[in-house]
Amino acid sequence: MRPFSYERAGDAAQAAARAAEVEGAKFIAGGTNLLDLMKLEIETPVHLIDVNGLGLDEISATDDGGLRIGALVSNTDLAAHETVRRDYGVLSRALVAGASGQLRNKATTAGNLLQRTRCPYFYDTAQPCNKREPGSGCGALSEGAFSRQLGVIGTSDSCIATHPSDMAVAMRALDVTVETITPVGMTRQIPLADFHKLPGDTPEQENALMPGEIITAVTLPAPVGGTHAYHKVRDRSSYAFALVSVALIRQPDGTGRVALGGVAPKPWRSDEADAELPNGARAVMARLLDGARPTEENAFKITLAERTLAAMLAEE
Amino acid sequence: MEFNEPAGENVFDHSKVVGRPTPRVDGPLKVSGRAPYAYERHDVAEGQLVGYPVVSTIAQGRITNMETEAALNAPGVVAIVTTLETGEMPIPSDMNVAPLFGGAEVAHYHQAIGVVVADTLEQARAAAALIKVDYDVTKGSYDLEAAWQEKREDRSDPVSRVGDFEAAFEAAEVTLDQEYRTPSQSHAMMEPHASIAAWKDGKLTVWTSNQMIEWTRQALATTLEMDPEDVRIDSPFIGGGFGSKLFLRADSVLAALGARKAGRPVKVMLPRPMVMNNTTHRASTIQRIRIGAQQDGKITAIAHEAISHTFPGGDGENAISQTQKFYAGENRLIVKHLAEMHLPEANAMRAPGEAAGLMALEIAMDEMAEKLGMDPAEFRAINDTQVDPEDPDKPFSERHFVECLNRGSEAFGWGDRNATPGQRRDGNWLIGHGMAGAYRGSPAQDSGARVRLQPDGRLIVETDMTDIGTGSYTIIAQTAAETMGLPLDMVEVRLGDSDFPVSAGSGGQWGAASSTAGTYAACLALRSEIAKKIGVNDTDSLTFKNAGVRTGEKQMTLASIASEGEIVAEYTMEFSDSRDEEIVSTFAAHFVEVGVHVATGEIRLRRMLAACDAGRILNPITARSQVIGGMVMGVGAAMMEDLAIDEGRGFFVTHDLANYEVPVHMDIPDQEVIFLDTLDPQSSPLKAKGVGELGLCGVAAAVANAVYNATGVRVRDYPVTLDKYLDQLPAV
Ligand SMILES: Cc1cc2nc3c(=O)[nH]c(=O)nc-3n(C[C@H](O)[C@H](O)[C@H](O)COP(=O)(O)OP(=O)(O)OC[C@H]3O[C@@H](n4cnc5c(N)ncnc54)[C@H](O)[C@@H]3O)c2cc1C
Ligand code: SF4
Repeated sequence: MRPFSYERAGDAAQAAARAAEVEGAKFIAGGTNLLDLMKLEIETPVHLIDVNGLGLDEISATDDGGLRIGALVSNTDLAAHETVRRDYGVLSRALVAGASGQLRNKATTAGNLLQRTRCPYFYDTAQPCNKREPGSGCGALSEGAFSRQLGVIGTSDSCIATHPSDMAVAMRALDVTVETITPVGMTRQIPLADFHKLPGDTPEQENALMPGEIITAVTLPAPVGGTHAYHKVRDRSSYAFALVSVALIRQPDGTGRVALGGVAPKPWRSDEADAELPNGARAVMARLLDGARPTEENAFKITLAERTLAAMLAEE
Repeated sequence: MEFNEPAGENVFDHSKVVGRPTPRVDGPLKVSGRAPYAYERHDVAEGQLVGYPVVSTIAQGRITNMETEAALNAPGVVAIVTTLETGEMPIPSDMNVAPLFGGAEVAHYHQAIGVVVADTLEQARAAAALIKVDYDVTKGSYDLEAAWQEKREDRSDPVSRVGDFEAAFEAAEVTLDQEYRTPSQSHAMMEPHASIAAWKDGKLTVWTSNQMIEWTRQALATTLEMDPEDVRIDSPFIGGGFGSKLFLRADSVLAALGARKAGRPVKVMLPRPMVMNNTTHRASTIQRIRIGAQQDGKITAIAHEAISHTFPGGDGENAISQTQKFYAGENRLIVKHLAEMHLPEANAMRAPGEAAGLMALEIAMDEMAEKLGMDPAEFRAINDTQVDPEDPDKPFSERHFVECLNRGSEAFGWGDRNATPGQRRDGNWLIGHGMAGAYRGSPAQDSGARVRLQPDGRLIVETDMTDIGTGSYTIIAQTAAETMGLPLDMVEVRLGDSDFPVSAGSGGQWGAASSTAGTYAACLALRSEIAKKIGVNDTDSLTFKNAGVRTGEKQMTLASIASEGEIVAEYTMEFSDSRDEEIVSTFAAHFVEVGVHVATGEIRLRRMLAACDAGRILNPITARSQVIGGMVMGVGAAMMEDLAIDEGRGFFVTHDLANYEVPVHMDIPDQEVIFLDTLDPQSSPLKAKGVGELGLCGVAAAVANAVYNATGVRVRDYPVTLDKYLDQLPAV
């Protein structure tokens, strides 16, 4: 870990302004991801701006019947919130499928969206990684590499990493919007669909935030009803990232929404695939995973996604 | 004292303490956080600095330059030692092949090439990252499959050959010929390697976490070219080892070198990724098994041929070993190949050989039973043997494998299973049952102890034996209490210090049987001292009971006998070759029920049971703990553990506990353990054997067989993860 300085921001706008002003500054929320990465010198901020205590930890109703979740609401509190459990079950389930109780107590909503990939080559600074060190090459795509956990779609020749969040997958199914304040004090609303970027040639650019921009909240639209389910498949029963996860919201008439985790650099969903839901899992996945480019080791994720969705559809 | 004939009747046959369920005597220290583990021994040496290892980032080659100036100037840095300045250092012992430190040659990924010593961990770590290293890289090969293809048909140098395997296999009515694969595995013990080193007047003390104190004292002296008398090792508490801490490791060497250069005590811990790539692991294997049998189930031919990777000059994973002894069959062939690779050193991990070998053999036995249309437990029973199948003149001392099969089957309800795969279902879950046999040798090592009767009647036992979480403190206390007629709470056991008499240490599941024998020997010597003290010639005429001793009508407390000063006795139990005139081994049968999700292929264990034949059970609580822990490890081996190799760059990719998964609580359902409590006079004075490794042996195959029974898909490539059978599950 490199030495760094530290400050507590007074309010969100000031935090954003400071973050843009000090080169190499970063926000710290729960610290569950950032600190680990700092110890390994994968992240090397020179200045930390603590965003705890900005009053961003409230959950409140919105005028159009939805919920506004403060950026600092912990994963535990969000999962346990009565309205979330009642009206946004997929979100509550995805949250408790993630990490461990201790971690969820510290992990925040914004931090969760911004957590970085778990690609093992990203984590070993002795290995090439375009995301960590642009232009150094992709360790996971080199000959003899181990790529079982990595992405199958939305990836590029530069990077095949996945976004590891469970929460974000459910949020994608719910069509949430990310609320921010820019360094010049402007408020922005970014649909989650546009929030995470695909790697292309620049896997180091992971989201739509501009330098210094701070997340203040995530808003859930009014409840969409239907039956909510989240199935996370992994090699052990708990405390592991998804091989594949499926968030499903299904209406009584058979229509609905499907989002996938563990397969792509962002939560993976498309309107075209959703439209196939009445026709079954195969039809959905044929659309959703069209154009997938798996490695030999992770091609099973395509079969797995389809079978998992099929089981979820059969369950009702 | 020599153990040179089978144990006769002795104090343990009328035991009041040994054999009783006894909670760990060190339990309160552990649950209250007061047990002194190596890295937190802040009190043992003043002015401790922190060393952070610098490790190579290539698998093979030569260091051409190390740029350390920036690191030296970094905040808090006190000293830096590099591999270039020390030059080559001796290999620590003949049980190791990879160098721990020294010289320009890089022999594997994450080889230690330096240590940065600073005031704090953060400073040392940050400075270590500033060191720039230039290498000449040598391209290595890390492809076990390719090596296997080359050597697969080479039988020119078999480990053993009995009868005519080829002819018998050819003539057999039913045959099996299959290949099995096991991945590399990490010990993944909770506590990483850690050491604090301090120098004083040319003498070195290392507080560390180590299973084998004397080996390590010698190895450290060899490595640093010192007189072993000038080295002291202290390791009273160990947060798990599983073989990973059998030997001297780089943490101790770096701490010693760092402390010497800094002129102050230095502590060094290996972060988890270095545990994976700097230390040792279980090597991956490819195993071919051929079995031929008659229609009645009798095996007539059995061949086990295996390859594993190894660091050049090493021994890899001895996956064939159990097949030499476990099942009958007149015609036998055992072949072992090694593929030399510049991976980190492959060396012993819990049940070295058998753990990986039985993963293969016990699937093969299951497959064979199915071909014969036989119950797999019955097939194993039919092929039980009471003599060494390679040398029928040599008997097993005690072998109750068939009883394990019977007792286990009965308790588990094995008879109720559906032998036809893929037939049972509970909602979305395919239900399967599997079983496996287990075999593990039970060696013994010479073991010494010193016992000190205190003026207040308490007894102190000192031995360099270690407790790696196994329960040594407790069973040694029980043994001493029993022999001296003391209540357990009047015995204090001190372990893990090289100033104490040399013991067997903890390895190869020899610890319990050997160290209790050594304790017994020392207590018998103390009994003689006591007899002398009270003027009795015939020690056997004394009765030690209720913290006192009786001779004829006379009764005295031990406290009164020692009132003028402590009475000390020291002795070593030596195991003579006569112990090896019979095969001393342990046996078990494992039974498992799994659910496999019909759509996703996720495996959820439902229950598991082990029936164990492992000599006298010294303490059912700690022994059970050992067995259920072994079973958990077996579940990990079956379902998830994979130290995946990057074959391009020659290192273990899954090098932290996020990527190298081990079971979590939710993976482990009901576990039941049955001990036969069979006494084995050939093994030790306490008629005891080991259980620590037995609990792991065979478990993974039982799980794999249960998955087969659930799904009808046979996976012969561990770990049994869903990607390997998903496309063969029924359509959803
Ligand atoms: C062992 C382990 C297992 C885990 N398992 C799972 C799992 O199964 N599923 C899962 O989904 N996750 C898992 N996680 C990840 C966990 O969910 C994240 O670490 C956590 O959500 C991050 O939140 P945080 O508040 O701690 O973020 P921090 O670590 O504080 O920050 C993360 C990033 O977000 C930025 N940031 C934080 N707040 C803001 C803000 N308001 N505006 C702008 N930027 C901000 C920081 O600068 C930083 O770059 C696991 C983590 C660990 C350590
Ligand atoms: S997949 Fe992406 S994160 Fe992983 S090594 Fe390649 S570039 Fe880095």
